[in-house]
Amino acid sequence: MAELAAHSGSTPKPYAWLKPGVFIGCLVPLALMVIEATQGQLGADPVAIALNRLGLMALITLVGSLAATPLRRVLGWAWPLRLRRMLGLFAFFYAFLHFTLYLAIDQGFDFSAILEDVAERKFITAGFAAFLLLVPLAATSPLRVRRMLGPKRWQRLHRLVYLAAALAALHFIWRVKRDLSEPVLYAAVIGVLLVARITHRKPRPLQAARK
Amino acid sequence: MTSEALYVRRREWLKNAALTVATAGGVGGGLLALLGESARPRVDEAPEAPAPSALVPSRRSVMLDPKVDPNTSFDAITTYNNFYELGLDKADPSENAGSLRLRPWTLTVDGLCHKPTTFDIDQVVKSFPLEERVYRMRCVEAWSMVIPWLGFPLAELLQRVAPTSQAKYVAFTTLLDPAQLPGQKRSVLDWPYVEGLRIDEAMHPLTLLALGLYGKTLLGQNGAPIRLVVPWKYGFKGIKSIVRIELVERMPKTTWNDAAPDEYGFYANVNPEVDHPRWSQRTERRIGELERRITLPYNGYGEEVASLYRGLDLRRNF
Repeated sequence: MAELAAHSGSTPKPYAWLKPGVFIGCLVPLALMVIEATQGQLGADPVAIALNRLGLMALITLVGSLAATPLRRVLGWAWPLRLRRMLGLFAFFYAFLHFTLYLAIDQGFDFSAILEDVAERKFITAGFAAFLLLVPLAATSPLRVRRMLGPKRWQRLHRLVYLAAALAALHFIWRVKRDLSEPVLYAAVIGVLLVARITHRKPRPLQAARK
Repeated sequence: MTSEALYVRRREWLKNAALTVATAGGVGGGLLALLGESARPRVDEAPEAPAPSALVPSRRSVMLDPKVDPNTSFDAITTYNNFYELGLDKADPSENAGSLRLRPWTLTVDGLCHKPTTFDIDQVVKSFPLEERVYRMRCVEAWSMVIPWLGFPLAELLQRVAPTSQAKYVAFTTLLDPAQLPGQKRSVLDWPYVEGLRIDEAMHPLTLLALGLYGKTLLGQNGAPIRLVVPWKYGFKGIKSIVRIELVERMPKTTWNDAAPDEYGFYANVNPEVDHPRWSQRTERRIGELERRITLPYNGYGEEVASLYRGLDLRRNF
């Protein structure tokens, strides 16, 4: 009994609250949006507002998952790594909702109009490509699939996330009419995170030992 | 189990629960702030806008079938606005409109004319008989509204100043005053906002100077006290809060054309066949509806205005 008390009391699972807290936090904007939509509080053009918010949530959570590794390497923080997979899946989740809203409500399943959009409008081409790139990443996220692939192949595949992030930032930049400050800020953050990975490479203890 | 162990476990559980809630609140709040959804403090500097007063038209021209094109709600018309001088988001102009002082206001009409005149805005209200005109309004961003304007044909004002035969175009200017139009403090566009029409477009009976909508004087966010309405053109041609109208010989500079000439032309006639480089103009979303509508050539006013553009290559002169 004393042992049990010691186990659960003095050596608690560290950061047990982190993941559930962030999980709930990431759903807050969606919950609020659904409430606002059902009460007609989403403004005069609710579809446009919902599209903007879902798209921005996808971008923010994607940036969050991209930040985990640089934070670890540059600042030595380990805790963001616990959130990386969940944030990546949130990015896919919100991108999926964003795309589905565009497909079903905004365009009303008018596939010829959608094909034309994807083919001819570069901001939609970029956004669509970013979404497609997230699909295999989400599909290979379960631990079982990850083991099947092996760490090397899995990592190579998941480097696609850089491309997806760059395309998502372009999608945002290209669709804005005049004031570019917000999308450019996101693009800059993504740029900094990518540069940080190059300047702070993963230490290779094995190779160092061989030399 | 000892009561102490139970106590420690319960304390641990409570601590985790509290931290989970705090984390969720922090993350959720941060995300809402990034989405611009946080309870944004209202701009303190912007005083409360005066309530609009009643305007009575002497004539009503019903041009649209209300079954096909019902009026957009007053609420939507007055809270969903593109008026960058009062903020970039659609809801900003309605929140910041109080900073615009509507009286005294003068409108100068000059340039190539025999009787250049500076009108006091109250004089304008009195000297031109007001009509109600229900028009479709199609924004270049592919949304649209139906708005019951109150105004009078621009032609009547222009005839008053007697244009000379040299006058080929009409140039319009919005008030330039960053204190009243705080958006002008940021160089998002080259202020003041300017627009222009060919003289035959300006003299067309559909072209309106609006002073009100829904039976009331215009609110700041809709371009008070006086604005242009050209129903067959994209909404950005409808310059707001006008202080000067000048008759000129050459095609005047227009703000959006100057900012992005490949995206916004001088003519800016609603045309589903000519896409904006970044989006299709084939369809539009009527504010208040979910399903898209087909966009009509000249926004449905082709019968009245298509003849103005005979022989003009509409693809090049978009």
